[in-house]
Amino acid sequence: MIVASPKSITELKSIIAGHKKVLFVGCGTCVTVCLAGGEREVSISSYAVRMARKLDRNPIEITQITIERQCENEFIKDLAEPASHVEAIVSFGCGAGVQAIAERFPEKPVYAGLNTQFLGVLEEQAIWTEKCMGCGSCMLAQFGGICPVTRCAKRLLNGPCGGSLESRCEVDSDRPCAWQLIYARLKAIGQLERLEEIVPPKDWSTAWYCGARKVIRKEHQV
Amino acid sequence: MKQFNQEWNQDHAPVPGGEPEIIAFCCDYCANSAAALAGSKRMQYPAGVRIIPTPCTGKIEMEHILDAFEKGIDGVLVVGCLEGGCHFVEGNLRARRRTDRVCEVLDEIGLGAARLKMVNLSDSMASEFVQNLEEMLATARALGPNPLKSSKQNESAGNL
Repeated sequence: MIVASPKSITELKSIIAGHKKVLFVGCGTCVTVCLAGGEREVSISSYAVRMARKLDRNPIEITQITIERQCENEFIKDLAEPASHVEAIVSFGCGAGVQAIAERFPEKPVYAGLNTQFLGVLEEQAIWTEKCMGCGSCMLAQFGGICPVTRCAKRLLNGPCGGSLESRCEVDSDRPCAWQLIYARLKAIGQLERLEEIVPPKDWSTAWYCGARKVIRKEHQV
Repeated sequence: MKQFNQEWNQDHAPVPGGEPEIIAFCCDYCANSAAALAGSKRMQYPAGVRIIPTPCTGKIEMEHILDAFEKGIDGVLVVGCLEGGCHFVEGNLRARRRTDRVCEVLDEIGLGAARLKMVNLSDSMASEFVQNLEEMLATARALGPNPLKSSKQNESAGNL
């Protein structure tokens, strides 16, 4: 899922400083699960911003709504009516959600209420870690299901750098060495011979570095 | 939130003498019993305190506390079971983390974290319960009325 974290109330307040009527839009998918932009988080931010503005003697009227997914027009259309009554919209979706709403309402300022972080998983309650950078050509099969492109600080594809200490990464000791994990995993599944293969330089043309990407699946087009 | 609003609307009346208004969210398994015991012992606690019983402090959401402050409450006390003694294992620990986060928000927006406090008590600690309420009241008095209180509320409370 896409993991995001909330912006501070101070930043949020400054972003909408010039507006008196604002719509706060939550998203019911990834950012609800990562406790950043769901109905509850939107409500907490609304309370905080409303109180902060009242204390500044510059009250604001905030309307709240949470839609199923901000990245699909089918759900965004539910915002048409509430959006017509406000000066601006704050999206508590990921960066994709913010831009999808902005495209749908070209005449309204649309601001981001979250900082979108990464594609990750929930490790334990309230702790998420990055697992995938969406490089566009997945190599997980070669590495026992552990991605060195995302999880090795040096993105090494042909073995460890040698700098790890007690299975921890030398760049950040909070992080496990991806290559240690790959070795343990390949050993556990009886595929250690994969480490003998030389992995050629990765084709980065499918990754973000060549600009925003597009996926077309003709078999599903209507 | 609906239940909280109902309780609030039923109970809410201006506190006489301009005294601060305090809400005490009390866990049914400890603080509520401590409050009842304080009553049985004829112990007095401030008139401006309104007790809202909760099944567990872990049931209190951050919105409940923020809503109270937005409505003009001068101080909020969250009273949960002693650590390790929660009927639902860790509801009071979760409540602690949430109140800490609300304190950060209150500081950030300029209302001040001192208006919110969480304490842990057992059902037999009636005198500590009353003492904590009095301390909260003293803090709220020292801080002055909640600036978010509407001017009408301020007038009726004698603060304007």
